[in-house]
Amino acid sequence: MSGSYFQRDRDWHPPALTPTYKTSVLRSPRHALLSMPTTPSEETGPVFGHDILGPLDNDLIRNFGGDGEAIGQRIVVYGRVLDETGRPVPGALLEFWQANAGGRYRHKKEGYRAALDPNFGGCGRAITDAEGAYAFRTVKPGAYPWPNGVNDWRPAHIHFSVFGHAFAQRLVTQMYFEGDPMIWQCPIVKTIPDRAAIERLVAALDRNATIPMDSLAYKFDIVLRGRRSTPFENRMEGN
Amino acid sequence: MVQPLHYLKESPSQTAGPYVHIGTNPNWVEITGVWTADLGLVLVGPDTKGERIVIEGRVTDGAGAPVRDALIEIWQADAAGLHPSPEETRGAADPAFAGWGRQPVSDTDGTYRFETIRPGAVPMRDGRLQAPHITVWIVARGINLGLHTRLYFADEAAANARDPLLLRIPEPERRETLIAPRHEREGRAVFTFDIRLQGERETVFLDI
Repeated sequence: MSGSYFQRDRDWHPPALTPTYKTSVLRSPRHALLSMPTTPSEETGPVFGHDILGPLDNDLIRNFGGDGEAIGQRIVVYGRVLDETGRPVPGALLEFWQANAGGRYRHKKEGYRAALDPNFGGCGRAITDAEGAYAFRTVKPGAYPWPNGVNDWRPAHIHFSVFGHAFAQRLVTQMYFEGDPMIWQCPIVKTIPDRAAIERLVAALDRNATIPMDSLAYKFDIVLRGRRSTPFENRMEGN
Repeated sequence: MVQPLHYLKESPSQTAGPYVHIGTNPNWVEITGVWTADLGLVLVGPDTKGERIVIEGRVTDGAGAPVRDALIEIWQADAAGLHPSPEETRGAADPAFAGWGRQPVSDTDGTYRFETIRPGAVPMRDGRLQAPHITVWIVARGINLGLHTRLYFADEAAANARDPLLLRIPEPERRETLIAPRHEREGRAVFTFDIRLQGERETVFLDI
């Protein structure tokens, strides 16, 4: 049995109101958040068994459109899900979604002129193993223009949704690629105030994990909230 | 120098963006054949214990306009107050209840709807009983870090009056933003939980 979850460091995460990311202006609360120690309602969460996964759920090159393969730079994305104490988080469900190699999303509201790829849907999912490890195969997404400033472009990125063991750990974030100069120009990246925090979202090119003559590899570790180890019922001083 | 503590920092959040549904509800955005069904659409089955209820509402922004691209998840205890989670330490929850649901809001008017059961009461760590509630989490374009809130039930007035979280809200009128009014439709209780991200009657959001 374990204790309540560590308080979230809200100076590390992006604040709600970040006016250069324009949509945040009307979608950010004006009142302060109400603080509350986690209770069993937040210290529990849904779990998903491997039985929900199909054989191609973590292969975005082949999981849409039939027999063909997606066009683009073939990559493997892999890493581990840990908590803030450094322990692996096994059984975590990760869902990912992304644009195709040209920066085009397969979504009915999308109007970018870059072409759809008939063999690329853009969604995948995986569940971490006993060591907290996950991996998937995809094509590297292209940069993507968006109506924020008159000439704003998103860096290449893959969205991640992560379920840990508790609803308090629920997290949605984005992965960026090492060396992309557009990371440092993006109003959404720059909602994060601390450069060191941004660097946690930049996946490293890993030549040791590439598959020769097949796919490059990027390593992306994810850290979820940790929790105190020893509860003393009414005395919460145990760590 | 003091010894370092060696904690890792949590991965920083980023917005889910306007196309979150590609990853969470691919069938809903017509990406079919990748997986058979989107997760989280159904919480209850024929064998689930408890009173069937409906949760519905609308998400609006600071201008009162509907938020048409949000994603809402709920997490709750079963009818006996137990969570269907390996982290639940007080007993085994109803195996016929998922406890977790996920719905995209309508892309025309920002409304959402869950069919679920009325949860039992869940104690705090110190033993104080919380009023029955449902945990609600919302992400969308323009929301940099997912927003947590709670739905309480208007017909649980006595329990709500003693709820430790509601009592932490200094302004009584702000408590009302978490208490969903009840009405009946076709013999079932329907609770309306509108989520106002900003401005007049702004929903209370939690730092839990």
